[in-house]
Amino acid sequence: MKRIVIDPITRLEGHGRIDIFLDDAGNVANAYLRIPELRGFERFCEGRPVEELPRITPRICGVCPSAHHMASTKAVDAVFHVDPPQVAKKIRELYYCAHMCHSHIAHFYALAAPDFVLGPTSDPAQRNILGLIAKVGVDIGLEVMKNRANAQYIQEVIGGKATHSVCGLPGGVSKAITEEERSDFEDKAKTMVEFGKFSLKLFNDVVLSNKEYVDLILGDIYYMTSYYMGMVDANNKVNFYDGDIRVVDPEGKELVKFKPADYLEVIAEHTEAWSYLKFPFLKKVGWKGFVDGMDSGVYRVAPLARLNAADGMATPLAQAEYEKMYSTLGGKPAHHTLANHWARLIELQYAAERLLELCQDKEITDPNVRTLPTATPTEGVGVVEAPRGTLFHHYQTDANGMVKKVNLIVATGNNNAAMCISIKRAAQGLIKAGKVVTEGILNMIEMAYRAYDPCMACATHSLPGQMPLEVVIYDSEGKELDRLSQYIS
Amino acid sequence: MAKLNLAIYWAASCGGCDIAILDTNERILDIAEIADIVFWPIALDFKYSDVQAMADKSIDICLFNGAVRNSEQEHIAKLLRAKSKAMVAFGACACFGGVPALANFTNRAEIFDRAYIKAPSNDNANHTFPQTLTKVEEGDLELPECYDTVLTLAQVVDVEYFVPGCPPPVDIINKIVDALASGQLPPVGSVFGSDKALCDECDRVKEEKKITRIYRPYQIIPDPEKCLLEQGIICMGPATRGGCGQRCINANMPCRGCFGPPPGVIDQGAKMLSAIASIYDVKDEAEVKRMVEEVVDPAGIFYRFGMADSMLKRKRM
Amino acid sequence: MSFEPRIVAFLCNWCSYRGADLAGTSRMKSAANVRPIRVMCSGRVEPVLILKAFKVGADGVLVLGCHPGDCHYAEGNYKAARRMPLLKKMLEQFGIEDERVRLDWVSASDGVRFVSIVDDITAKVRELGPFLRS
Repeated sequence: MKRIVIDPITRLEGHGRIDIFLDDAGNVANAYLRIPELRGFERFCEGRPVEELPRITPRICGVCPSAHHMASTKAVDAVFHVDPPQVAKKIRELYYCAHMCHSHIAHFYALAAPDFVLGPTSDPAQRNILGLIAKVGVDIGLEVMKNRANAQYIQEVIGGKATHSVCGLPGGVSKAITEEERSDFEDKAKTMVEFGKFSLKLFNDVVLSNKEYVDLILGDIYYMTSYYMGMVDANNKVNFYDGDIRVVDPEGKELVKFKPADYLEVIAEHTEAWSYLKFPFLKKVGWKGFVDGMDSGVYRVAPLARLNAADGMATPLAQAEYEKMYSTLGGKPAHHTLANHWARLIELQYAAERLLELCQDKEITDPNVRTLPTATPTEGVGVVEAPRGTLFHHYQTDANGMVKKVNLIVATGNNNAAMCISIKRAAQGLIKAGKVVTEGILNMIEMAYRAYDPCMACATHSLPGQMPLEVVIYDSEGKELDRLSQYIS
Repeated sequence: MAKLNLAIYWAASCGGCDIAILDTNERILDIAEIADIVFWPIALDFKYSDVQAMADKSIDICLFNGAVRNSEQEHIAKLLRAKSKAMVAFGACACFGGVPALANFTNRAEIFDRAYIKAPSNDNANHTFPQTLTKVEEGDLELPECYDTVLTLAQVVDVEYFVPGCPPPVDIINKIVDALASGQLPPVGSVFGSDKALCDECDRVKEEKKITRIYRPYQIIPDPEKCLLEQGIICMGPATRGGCGQRCINANMPCRGCFGPPPGVIDQGAKMLSAIASIYDVKDEAEVKRMVEEVVDPAGIFYRFGMADSMLKRKRM
Repeated sequence: MSFEPRIVAFLCNWCSYRGADLAGTSRMKSAANVRPIRVMCSGRVEPVLILKAFKVGADGVLVLGCHPGDCHYAEGNYKAARRMPLLKKMLEQFGIEDERVRLDWVSASDGVRFVSIVDDITAKVRELGPFLRS
């Protein structure tokens, strides 16, 4: 069979490779998304003091390290059976909302926006952050950088470093917030709320007012039905930091709402020999292979899934946009994968509003930010919503708090099967017998996984303004049949 | 000055070093002015075949972050070495092994066993493991070979410069950009950062290094002004190169050594172990025994970032 | 040929080296597996030297100092007495067996004790096998 290889896939965190097989007629028989690396965190965390895991596990991902830092800190709270003071939880949530802002800004502007501002099949030389800035103006570029920098700065003040923070401890955080810091954060949060509005307006003006893009979003090639999972508060509104986890079926009905500690009753992981990344699925429905629909245990996480699994947003501006989105998409749940970009901006708006709420909380400068653990450590689960999806940290220790076992289900991992299905569907929809495979088509296949923001939201796209691309087509014996390239010197 | 060709690659990495480059904010535009980024998988769509097609030594500087722990990463490190005038080990992983090198306390078989067999969420009755070659209906699918031992970049190819930190701080990255812009690079073999240990730049009050008790960070609330080590919390400062701005210390948490050993120290972990034993001021055998019990996971704390670069490099198995 | 361990022995100038010397001049028979390295004090033996010994081919490492209270430099052997057990705990994490590394005290006049310790560690390491696994 002929094979098209994209290696490595780019503009995401981690390593990946796509193999697309064409049958004799030239149609897509199958497509495989393969992750070629495993570092072994679950094994090498064994034997470590459990309170060190909030400083070790963030090294799983340098774009969302704060998500791991928070999930891990909550897990060690649970291991030590200690309840942090209220102010510590609020500081953590404030820090975490700043993190969501950084991550969502980085992904939307650097990865997603160029595809829409410039067009999915537009000249690859322009389809990047520089082309975007040329089209919308330098001022906007600097405004994007300024707001992301503010978000990183807040994390740095609270956590020591923005990337790989150190403030999380069982029973609290290592440092209180001073009034001076709080006031500074409040100003930055207000700017962020405005930036959230601006981003949604940009999306409206550039994407929603363009029929071609709306057709793309609502169309078939990026459509798949699935179950949806997300963390919700007591009112079933989206919460990134704490709550229960809710799963709804493809028709929007609640399948289950569970506490973090009970995750093993809901989720299991399937393994394939051709990828190092496992495939989580819902136990109740079962693993039926790489298929979507009500009968398949494949589920999705991250922005669109979170909004699908919840009943609304907890802050007013975000809630208004939430309602607008569903009315445009024709109801809940929305299965249109590209709508993740819209949902991401709604989440940015919520994160900014929540950040501001917490900055204005009277308690936030209380200096008593730690409860010292006294109980014997045993076992605990900590869950947060990482920017890319639900993140589970599960630790078991001995009586001295030394780690015996670690189990992690990491955000994007939840989406593994869904991404495979999405890529195959996009490939089948775009590559047809007799049609020339152009780089625009390949980019549109890449858009199928990019909407999931697979664990790496990196800022700039293509700085020199060119997107060199090469596609090599091999026959089943590995002989090169054809080669398409652009900007390859 | 003609534009430089700049490549940025990640091996067994988390992406934090790439984000650190982006945290230079507007300076990224300066980088774009002085350099063409010809390869940067996290951000740009160049593929491996593009690097293959480049002329040897056509890349002026390659910032390589991440440790080397599989065959693909080793291959790309050697490929980039051939195509680059200068290789920079960027970040703690490329320099010393970093957190991924904690896997040198175990091996591939144990890692696979935990991930694919023992994990409580697994549904894998057939004991399926990832294979380097899998035959599916449509053809063959290959995966890189996962090594038993994590390596530093310098253990695989020659390296001209070392930039420590997890991730390297923005002001050090700015210094690199300045050096590239002016064409004035430091001598080959240089390590960025301070020439002294972290303690030298740490502004906490230091009185006398004598302790009789070690506390794990969750056990006490330390005085925010005094040296953490003097309060009994293990802090890697004495055995760690400075230049990071004491960011962790500022958050009231101890250093864990991500800048690697100071100049003249070949094994960071051994040095720190010696320091702890020296300052723990007891003579009685029973008290020595207590000290040993209080230092939990010495290898994992003293070699948190430096396993691959240490004297022994890995656990004997 | 069966395995003959190579043992590196750090001997302090004032006590254990003289004790070793005495064993030699008295023509006491002992295992011939030890490579002696004279240092001024057992407190000088920093952990990296022991790691290096293993790295360059030692199967076992012996550190012998003055009896507690008798150190020529007053405190040196107390530092050694703290470093070694902590090092051994760490070496366990590296898969290095406890019996491969030993700290003990030998006075300048105790050639007999020197021989006894050397024979003992040699026998134990012979039983454990080579440090480098094939």
